Amino acid sequence: MTFQHVEGTDKGRIVLYSLSTCMWCRMAKNLLHDLGIGYEYIDVDSLQAEEKDAIKKEIKKWNPDGSYPTIIINDKECVSGFDEAEIREKIK
Amino acid sequence: MSGTTDQPEIPPEEVERVFKKLDQEAEGAGYHLNPDTTFTLGLIEGMLVNERRYGYWACPCRLASGKKSEDLDIICPCDYRDADVSEYGACFCALYVSQDVKDGKRKARRIPERRPPEKLGAADEPAAEGAAQGGGVGPAESTPAAESPARSEPAPVRAETPADSAPANAADLKYPVWRCKVCGYLCARDGPPEVCPICRAKKERFERFL
Repeated sequence: MTFQHVEGTDKGRIVLYSLSTCMWCRMAKNLLHDLGIGYEYIDVDSLQAEEKDAIKKEIKKWNPDGSYPTIIINDKECVSGFDEAEIREKIK
Repeated sequence: MSGTTDQPEIPPEEVERVFKKLDQEAEGAGYHLNPDTTFTLGLIEGMLVNERRYGYWACPCRLASGKKSEDLDIICPCDYRDADVSEYGACFCALYVSQDVKDGKRKARRIPERRPPEKLGAADEPAAEGAAQGGGVGPAESTPAAESPARSEPAPVRAETPADSAPANAADLKYPVWRCKVCGYLCARDGPPEVCPICRAKKERFERFL
């Protein structure tokens, strides 16, 4: 899988599953950028079919709706959809 | 860069043109685009990317399967827009909003996915599993009411029913009634219109209602 890494403060492993066409996903990326937090992301809509299926399964483990953005924090917590307060609260 | 597909570039003039057209159509039919223009232009750009990729305006905030028959319900305006705007003040991606959101009295925020789980899982479960029940007879997507029992049986004759009262069942109707799955518009005519006069959804989004 080709995750993109964004440099920033180490707050543990932050993984963002996003769609390149989605404005809520863009807001999530912008928020993490503004907070200066290091994270990895993958635009699922830009992947080839086989990769897409594997990633969708992974997302659904955390977020049954499989909606975007989905943020996984340290393999422990998940934020489903864009909610600024929840993201700030869970990534401390 | 292997493993990713190329992202089509959309000229800003095209995004602007579509924005103006959608805004005009929305306002003319009692709908409203999100007043945050930067956000709205971004969503429209996303839909145009999806149009280049898939050939239709798949919702920019949902992962499309790329098969039109599976994605029909999430082609913008999606089947869930009106219910979401009524309940939450915005549709799933928040391209369309209610009057109070437009007026700044309420904020558009993340909302739950209204799309049914079986649709969400459609790409995971091979269609072959469902085919066993279908028996392979005809296209599964034909309008449900087309084979309604009311059409295949002769209407019972009731002498006591006044001739000018409302028809007792669909078989008595002079015309079939078609329903737009996006906005609920109904029309009685031989077939659905090319485009819904209310929400501009295309013919394929209509179902036989009566």
